[in-house]
Amino acid sequence: MIRFEDVHKRYPTGREALAGVSFEIDRGELAFLTGPSGAGKSSILKLIALIERPSRGQVLVGSQNTSKVRTRAIPQFRRQIGVVFQDHKLLQDRPIADNVALPLIIAGVSRREIDKRMRAALDQVGLLGREKSRPLELSTGEQQRVGIARAIVAKPPLLIADEPTGNLDPLLALEIMRLFKRLNDVGVTVLIATHDVHLIEAFKSRRIVLGEGRVAAMTQSTA
Amino acid sequence: MNAAAYFSRQAQTLVGSLGRLAAHPFASLMTIGVIAIALALPLCLELLLQNATAVTSNWNEAFELSVYLDKAVGAARAEAIARELQARGDVATVRLVTAAQALAEFRASSGFGEALDALTDNPLPNTLIVTPSPAASSPEGTAMLKTAIGAIPNVATVQLDTEWVQRLVALLDLLRGIVQLTAGLLAVGVILVIGNTIRLDIQNRRDEIEVMKLVGATDGFARRPFLWSGIWYGVGGGVFAVALVGITVGILAGPADRLAGLYGSAFHLAGLDARTILATVLGAALLGWIGSWLAATQHIRAINPR
Repeated sequence: MIRFEDVHKRYPTGREALAGVSFEIDRGELAFLTGPSGAGKSSILKLIALIERPSRGQVLVGSQNTSKVRTRAIPQFRRQIGVVFQDHKLLQDRPIADNVALPLIIAGVSRREIDKRMRAALDQVGLLGREKSRPLELSTGEQQRVGIARAIVAKPPLLIADEPTGNLDPLLALEIMRLFKRLNDVGVTVLIATHDVHLIEAFKSRRIVLGEGRVAAMTQSTA
Repeated sequence: MNAAAYFSRQAQTLVGSLGRLAAHPFASLMTIGVIAIALALPLCLELLLQNATAVTSNWNEAFELSVYLDKAVGAARAEAIARELQARGDVATVRLVTAAQALAEFRASSGFGEALDALTDNPLPNTLIVTPSPAASSPEGTAMLKTAIGAIPNVATVQLDTEWVQRLVALLDLLRGIVQLTAGLLAVGVILVIGNTIRLDIQNRRDEIEVMKLVGATDGFARRPFLWSGIWYGVGGGVFAVALVGITVGILAGPADRLAGLYGSAFHLAGLDARTILATVLGAALLGWIGSWLAATQHIRAINPR
């Protein structure tokens, strides 16, 4: 599903975030991307979502080589990836329903279908009935679940999450991680970047450990 | 995307953008006010021009040429010249005022009756009052007619007391050019004002646009609500401009009527006609669309998720 081939990323500031990263994640897999801050976790996620392009090497997502995706085709490319952010990135002046439905609205899905799928997504994260609330009326954990609902509402085959539990207490964090596991169980490929090593010990999934822009260690799934 | 979904989405964006404008009524009204004033100025000038043209076209119809014949010309020759002129295509009517008639008229109207009695012979010549045909009532037509009549034997002088009207018409032509130039400049001004407002709007909603792009929105999708905002600004400005001009006409109609009355004229200050109103509002909407399109296309392209 995702393949990095000797990927380098140097930012215009001169900082080298990735210095030759190679790994592969299979379809239907759940994998964690760990390592200290600045190790390159965020850079990898940005390369997958085509927010950045590699300086060298190749990134393949699905069957597509991202270097062959033209700027005009990026919106279409991103629709096959659900992205969850540490700071949720919700639209504060819109109700939950609009936030979750956004990817479907953008894709031009009919209104009846939007309504159905928006509710289904909210049901999956346990927030059905909160459609009319505004993001700020919800707790941080609930807001993060809204973010996840938005990421999965268009049923993308790939879900990537950048520190999705960064602001949550351990109990809420575990709950969010279990939610990702459930999504993975129904066939979604999930890649989660997190520095919280203790949290993911409970999961027997594969871990890609980054250090100084390289893959420092890789454990296989023990599940 | 199917057509029905597309139009329902457009309709939703349209209403949504109107709602956003209403959410900041003061800022929106300021922008609309600037646009309205910028549009009202050329509209007022245009109206002034239309009214002035209406007045002078009335004067054009009143063009008359006084043709003074040589003193030695008798009544028979005068009637012959009158018939000759009457036969011309560019002449509507010819009226012969004989020297005797002219003297009688002058005696009656001037109050110099007794002084005139002292004259041994009539100092006035036979005169023909020529009215040009409607087709020849233009300044050029009457000037040509004047030259032609002047060439007829026994005609002493041809007098056209309306040369100042020609100067006025030339002045109005100049004014028309100035109005068009002003309108063009102010239209560019409206585009810039709306473009700048939309640019600020986009900057305020930068995060929202970033999120939209992250979940797969095209630049076109992110641009759509801003295009509608621009159109609304334009329509609002156009409607306010028409209202401003209406108020102006309302204030000036009374004094204008009084002035016209003093000149014995039935002239009435005309307001904007329906076509001009419609053209103003639609034109303003178009300017709004152009301004927002320019701003949105450029600035939304520059916003990318980080």
